[in-house]
Amino acid sequence: MAEESKSPVPTPPEGEVKPTAEKAVPPASVGAQSPEKPVGSVQTTQAAAKPGGEGAPAKPAATAAAPAKPAAPTKPAGPVPMPWTSPMVEKYKAQYGSGLEAQTYLGQNYFSVDRSLIPDFLRLLRDEEQFDYCVDITAVHWPKREKQFDIYWILYSFARNERVRVRTQIGDGATIESSVSIWATADWLEREVYDMFGIQFDGHPDLKRILMPDGWKGFPLRKDYGILQQDKEWVQINLGIESGQ
Amino acid sequence: MTEQKTPDQKAPATIPAQSKQLPGGLTDTSMRVTGTRLDPSGALGSRAASAAHLDLDTPDHPYLDSNELVINMGPQHPATHGVLRVILKLDGEKVLGTECVIGYLHRGVEKIAENRTYTMFNPYVDRMDYVAAVSNGLGYCQAVEKLLNVEAPPRANYIRVILTELNRLASHQLWLGTHALDIGAMTPLFYTFRDREEILKIFEKYCGARLTTHAFRIGGCLYETYAGFEKDVKNFLKFFEPKIDEYETLLTGNRIWIERTKNVGVISAADAIALGVTGPVLRASGVKWDIRKAIPYANYADFDFEIPIGENGDTYDRYLVRMREMRQSLRILEQAVNGIPEGPIMAKVPKVIKPAPGEVYHSIEAPKGELGYFIVSDGSTQPYRLRVRPPSFVNLQALDVMVRGALVADVVAVIGTLDIVLGEVDR
Repeated sequence: MAEESKSPVPTPPEGEVKPTAEKAVPPASVGAQSPEKPVGSVQTTQAAAKPGGEGAPAKPAATAAAPAKPAAPTKPAGPVPMPWTSPMVEKYKAQYGSGLEAQTYLGQNYFSVDRSLIPDFLRLLRDEEQFDYCVDITAVHWPKREKQFDIYWILYSFARNERVRVRTQIGDGATIESSVSIWATADWLEREVYDMFGIQFDGHPDLKRILMPDGWKGFPLRKDYGILQQDKEWVQINLGIESGQ
Repeated sequence: MTEQKTPDQKAPATIPAQSKQLPGGLTDTSMRVTGTRLDPSGALGSRAASAAHLDLDTPDHPYLDSNELVINMGPQHPATHGVLRVILKLDGEKVLGTECVIGYLHRGVEKIAENRTYTMFNPYVDRMDYVAAVSNGLGYCQAVEKLLNVEAPPRANYIRVILTELNRLASHQLWLGTHALDIGAMTPLFYTFRDREEILKIFEKYCGARLTTHAFRIGGCLYETYAGFEKDVKNFLKFFEPKIDEYETLLTGNRIWIERTKNVGVISAADAIALGVTGPVLRASGVKWDIRKAIPYANYADFDFEIPIGENGDTYDRYLVRMREMRQSLRILEQAVNGIPEGPIMAKVPKVIKPAPGEVYHSIEAPKGELGYFIVSDGSTQPYRLRVRPPSFVNLQALDVMVRGALVADVVAVIGTLDIVLGEVDR
């Protein structure tokens, strides 16, 4: 409940995207959802209002909306991550300084922490802040970045009824400490991250593939792994399919 | 003591939890048997604790001269509810440890999501937990709505709640029928399947499909209710309430049922939390936590209902919790069907769904536990990353803790009581 009520921009049921109003867009364009309005003009306004606007903001919006009916202007100018303040955040900011950043997006709070803080900070969250339930551990691959992987821990505290995410970045080939000793549930969750992304967790009791077969080569959820790609050799040997597909 | 090797030595018989020394805050009681003989290195910190609990199993007094046996259960086993393979390490009939081998149904749903638009991916989620497809759809649609910062209109929320609760009933009915069948009671299966049909008929009339319904769309519902929808649901409520009593007369006081389920597969609240177990399994251990109450979504905050909990965390309590949950679902349904407001069923959502770059996690209380969707958007029409947090997958992890020291026959009971769907475990 805390999470929902903290939402910075509660949206009315009509679905009108309010935050654009904050971004100094004239009210006329906020109401531009009616089908009769021409698309072009609306879109340039929106794109200009987009917070982190790319080089040519008008272009991508226009091409995407082109095949659609005029009634469907996309509204990319959504809410932006805001700093998240709370007594807990203040405490850890004082302790860790620049290694830790706390933000909130669409009412959901998250920490972005430096890789070096990882096992300690997670343990503190469990021991000091009662985040006793590790909901999920997952990763995201950003191949163009220097540190290619975002690792996420989604945590929940029964006592506080609060959910929080912890995010850190690591490079390809780097390892990260396992959190199995903090939450037993991390066992399979880390195995799945390893299986799908090839991220090694130090200190995991039995890190091996979980969903893919043991001898499989490649890590399917990496961005450079194609959707039709298979481990042809494995398929040929184990399934007897000549083509490998 | 002669350590005879079992013929099947190449089977991966390393039972991981043995060497873990009670990780992640697991309490001692959970490790009822700490197989000293399983761990040749002898580096086992909790030997004393385990010996106190099971005084037979000390190195000086091997309590049986039988050979340890590694046997394979599944993947083609009727009681595993799909293609689950469990490697059991047995001493006689006693389970010393288990290892689950999963992934036989892996279809790469998360990879598929990255290659489909938000709208195109919607039907895929139904294929994960295919006995509760409506819940899957609700979770996904709401997660994308959250990312878009839109909310479904009130009428859509009512329709969503009605269908989701009906689906919860259908899911629990299927659980009850198969669980009882696994344990040896055949009758409930016929009763529950007979009555589940009535729910599937409502689904079919509403959206044309019985199982993989694809009932909801991002922003609301595609279909308006058909003429007579309310009447059908009300009739079903009248029809179904006595049916729950009927199931209970078959099982609740049945001596065989009680013998087979009481004190079987016990998991303490602390262990359940450490292992991330959610849903009825967690509540049967005494943790009063239901996302519908804790972090209400759709319009669950409008309804008056209770969260049934158990005390002992055994299979019997989980049975009772789910039975009571069915009655609570009826209460929600009654309030919802009598309160459906008029109005639109679809929020204003752009035809091309293109959320702003960002990430959200949204979860709902699916019949099996916390079903979460974590979506990362890069501002394009396709999810950059979509992660499903499946309740079955995480709950299945608790199997090992729950069956250690129990009998082989109890493994079947515990798999049934965990209520897993392999389509969701493997995705």
